[in-house]
Amino acid sequence: MSDEINALIRREYEAGFVTNIESETLPPGLNEEVVRVISAKKNEPEWMLEWRLEAYRKWREMEIPTWAHLKHPPVDFDAISYYSSPKSKNDGPKSLDEVDPEILETFEKLGIPLHERAKLAGVAVDAVFDSVSIGTTFKDDLAKAGVIFCSISEAIRDYPELIQKYLGSVVPQQDNFYAALNSAVFSDGSFVYIPKNTRCPMELSTYFRINELNTGQFERTLIVADEGSQVSYLEGCTAPMRDENQLHAAVVELVALGNADIKYSTVQNWYPGDENGKGGIYNFVTKRGVCDGANSKISWTQVETGSAITWKYPSVILRGDNSIGEFYSVALTNGYQQADTGTKMIHLGKNTKSTIVSKGISAGRSQNAYRGLVRISPRADGARNHTQCDSLLIGDQCGAHTFPYIENKNPDAILEHEATTSKVSDDQLFLCRQRGIDEEKAVSMIVNGFCKEVFKELPMEFAVEAGKLLEVSLEGAVG
Amino acid sequence: MSATPLLEVKDLVAEVDGKTILDGISLTVKPGEVHAIMGPNGSGKSTLANVLAGRDDYQVVGGSVTFKGNDLFELEPEERAREGIFLAFQYPVEIPGVSNMQFLKASVDAVRKHRGQDELDAPAFMKLAREHCKELKLKPEFLKRGVNEGFSGGEKKRNEILQMALLEPSLALLDETDSGLDIDALQVAAEGVNALRNEARSFIVVTHYQRLLNYIVPDYVHVLAGGKIVKSGGRELALELEEKGYSWIQ
Repeated sequence: MSDEINALIRREYEAGFVTNIESETLPPGLNEEVVRVISAKKNEPEWMLEWRLEAYRKWREMEIPTWAHLKHPPVDFDAISYYSSPKSKNDGPKSLDEVDPEILETFEKLGIPLHERAKLAGVAVDAVFDSVSIGTTFKDDLAKAGVIFCSISEAIRDYPELIQKYLGSVVPQQDNFYAALNSAVFSDGSFVYIPKNTRCPMELSTYFRINELNTGQFERTLIVADEGSQVSYLEGCTAPMRDENQLHAAVVELVALGNADIKYSTVQNWYPGDENGKGGIYNFVTKRGVCDGANSKISWTQVETGSAITWKYPSVILRGDNSIGEFYSVALTNGYQQADTGTKMIHLGKNTKSTIVSKGISAGRSQNAYRGLVRISPRADGARNHTQCDSLLIGDQCGAHTFPYIENKNPDAILEHEATTSKVSDDQLFLCRQRGIDEEKAVSMIVNGFCKEVFKELPMEFAVEAGKLLEVSLEGAVG
Repeated sequence: MSATPLLEVKDLVAEVDGKTILDGISLTVKPGEVHAIMGPNGSGKSTLANVLAGRDDYQVVGGSVTFKGNDLFELEPEERAREGIFLAFQYPVEIPGVSNMQFLKASVDAVRKHRGQDELDAPAFMKLAREHCKELKLKPEFLKRGVNEGFSGGEKKRNEILQMALLEPSLALLDETDSGLDIDALQVAAEGVNALRNEARSFIVVTHYQRLLNYIVPDYVHVLAGGKIVKSGGRELALELEEKGYSWIQ
């Protein structure tokens, strides 16, 4: 059976093509000059440059974290180019009509049509290609509702007071090694502001694409939901198949003011490397939200199927009383992929609640770790957490690991932790096959069943996509 | 009775890790017949059912099996299922999170496709499944639960019969369907089976106790011991066995 499972694990990465466009790429290496050039290219104000330089100086003194359950050769930060943009006449495209048709075609191939006539119904998209945002759809419709949805570069120019107030307010520059690096060199990303008492009229979405060779992608996303507002945001990502490892170090900050509700969903499908573990994206991401006001809510949902290495802990700081934090995660590793992912729920306010549901699926020779922290501060009377952490193993050459940390300083808190480990058993497969269902379909059905609690948290269209993505990612996992 | 056999087992030898479990079994099953396989624990009766269904824990090292005139061992387990072999499991496994409905639909779709029939649309399938549930005294909510997830022993066995009813097999292998059932549950399961009996459909009923055969009345009874059929007869053989115990034939 394990031979068959090994055969089924082999799969095709469908987003692995390269777009041939002319681009402008900085020579590899990082120093103050590079930071200045990036800032200048973006026509940033002086305060932004200073902020970057401060981050850069802090980064230089920081050490690469080594505590994660990950093994990889050291990343050579001098071999990476920190900025690459599709070549254009001046500052980049003013509208989608000016965007290189090759790029538009790339997004179309990925199922993200950006053009007016083919836009995704009900979803506004900001598309980021290598280091720059190349266009945002439905901007005008959103503006009518008072919603700001644009690239972070535009926001720095057009909404400096919001950026100065919130950028780095959740993830400070020196938060960790990769966040500091991002703060110094971030090139683009999305900015969202939802005004008071506004329900964002459509789903917002950013689609990240790394194309250029030897280029890192460092995007920065900031979402601010003002009092009583509501927004659902989706993030997707892919990259071409390259033999070299590529670095992706993003920072996402969410701010939910009183009674605000942010739902952030990710379907991460960066190139995972080939079946021998060659190539693939190193994904070192810092995602954190703060429930700043009372009764606010932040919910992270992630489906992680890509990347050679994933290092990512979308977290919630529950500062406001009665605020709610949620983390729903499916992390599938196959081949030689390694994932160390989980969450942190920091309970500061009274009657704060958090829910963690983590589903790890390991196949091939992959290693999949859940790492989670639940911290209850002395002030957080009535805090509650429920953690459920399930691992599913396919085949006998992979690993699943769980590292739960609980720090409780309030005797009033109620904490629950459940964990299970199971295998896709030969008996389950035989039951399916005896009922006429072929093996591949059976594995995908079993895995989808295992992930059901998380998938039901995804927006509808995405849930279907996620199911299909799992199917593709498992192709060849038995067979 | 000159109909062509549905299943023809000849001198079947099968082993697990080099240990012989079936040691030259021959058995002919014609359409519409019900054969009971009885025997003490470890006699190989469950192995026979599992080998026919294609579980790969067993190695077939001798003999032949033809099903509908074709070599059964040429077929993968899912192909055997689509061709009409159904195994009602002794210990049905759970598939958490996969709803019974979703599982049944996938299964029925696969079998219907093989037969050249159209897929049933969801409402039609739901209606059909609910009707069968009713016959087996299962509540409709039963279909929404995960496959065998948290089912009682009786529910698991009735779920097997439900699947059998939906798949309409030509040969049903019942592997100790009576084990773990109280008398009421046993009756419901047996009624479910009897409702499916017809002149084209055959059954091989594997059981340790003759009690099941009071409800599912066989045409033939075979007694298995040490991997061989040591005695064959009609219905009365089961009664005789009950009276005298397995030591009688060993």
